[in-house]
Amino acid sequence: MSKSRQKNNFEKDLKRLEEISKLLEDNEISLDDAIALYEEGIKLSRSCIKKLNDAELKITELKKDLSELSSENQKV
Amino acid sequence: MANEIEILTVSELTREIRKSLEETFPQVSVIGEISNFKQHISGHWYFNLKDAEAVINCTMWKGFNQYVFFMPQDGMKVIVNGKISVYPPRGNYQIDARSMKTAGVGELQEAYERLKKKLESEGLFDEDRKKPIPSLPKKIGVITAVDGAAFKDMVSVAKRRFPLVEIVIVPAIVQGSGAAESIVNSIKLLNDFGNVDVIITGRGGGSIEDLWAFNEEIVARAISRSKIPVISAVGHETDFTIADYVSDLRAPTPSVAMELATPSIEEIFGYIYDFSYTSSQIIAELVRRKYDKVKHMINSYGFRILPDIINKNSQGIDQLISKIFQSVDKLILTTKNDVNLFSNAIKSYDIRKVLRRGFVLVEQNSKFVSRASHFMRGKKAKLRFYDGNVEINN
Repeated sequence: MSKSRQKNNFEKDLKRLEEISKLLEDNEISLDDAIALYEEGIKLSRSCIKKLNDAELKITELKKDLSELSSENQKV
Repeated sequence: MANEIEILTVSELTREIRKSLEETFPQVSVIGEISNFKQHISGHWYFNLKDAEAVINCTMWKGFNQYVFFMPQDGMKVIVNGKISVYPPRGNYQIDARSMKTAGVGELQEAYERLKKKLESEGLFDEDRKKPIPSLPKKIGVITAVDGAAFKDMVSVAKRRFPLVEIVIVPAIVQGSGAAESIVNSIKLLNDFGNVDVIITGRGGGSIEDLWAFNEEIVARAISRSKIPVISAVGHETDFTIADYVSDLRAPTPSVAMELATPSIEEIFGYIYDFSYTSSQIIAELVRRKYDKVKHMINSYGFRILPDIINKNSQGIDQLISKIFQSVDKLILTTKNDVNLFSNAIKSYDIRKVLRRGFVLVEQNSKFVSRASHFMRGKKAKLRFYDGNVEINN
């Protein structure tokens, strides 16, 4: 549960990182904003790297009961 | 002529024909081309076998047709093995098929080409139908044999490339009888309940018969109906199946399919490092630009005028300060000289030097008596010599 939440965050974090790098490339940005975004981005980078380093592949099996049920229906 | 012919009922005659036919042809092997193929909802097959001059009805019950690895198509040349039976309600005879095989490997190839042409003309292979493969999947659905090498390969690729992902495996039959149905059901299952971002379906290499399920129309249609993007991964690089054409992405092998479905962890690391590098560059550049701006402003006339004033005045102030320093120095110097002078003077007035020369100090009532008129007769007096004191009573 906590793992899938972590994954969601990972995707979000990486998206935010992309967003930040786009914002930083905007020439109109103020120095204060830029530094705040930079700090946020570095924090995100660290947490993303940690998540990737800690990740372990999860394998689950989707049971076929339901599909067997539907092919049972077909027989009738 | 009373040559009486026995009158039979239709049922009686049919029963006789049936007996005669079924006894005469308890087992036949017939080669012919399939036409009018129909699969009933019950799973039974109804079709005709024909050649240039004749046609014969055929049935194949579900209990037998489930062992046929391919789905017959009209035009396919097959060899059917079975017995002749009669169906009284319709008064026709038919082959009750027990087994079926293609008349040659070329038949499968032709069936493949026919289906390919048909689906292509329906637009099932069109590029604009193809769904994009997500770049950062959370869950990947895999439809394959769970004990196969293909699955092991895919797991190891996912582990290496992107261990943050979750693999949802739907164990499926991928060859032989029932394979096509199993794959179709699995695609449906993943669409309905898998909650996955992408589906990989495939298997390792094998003969055309082994891979045939992926050339079946029902599999092709299930893939094209899937709302989740499907990557096909059947056999080796050289194997092209119908599933490959209809899928959203064709992978040459199962391992490559997993590579295509996952971002590389190295790439993500690279992206993140790239971010920290470029963004710090951006910040540095930004600071430099602001710095330049400030510098430019300072150099502008408006700002230069003030420092000019300060500079001019500061010269005066400097002179003033150095003057003050000079006079203070002078003061200190003269004071020092004065002190020296005084101290020398004091030294020269040192009383002991005088006494040494033989002078005597006279003291009365702890006071020096410096004049004769101050001397009080009849009082004690102290005479102070260089080397000691003498008390006198006069």
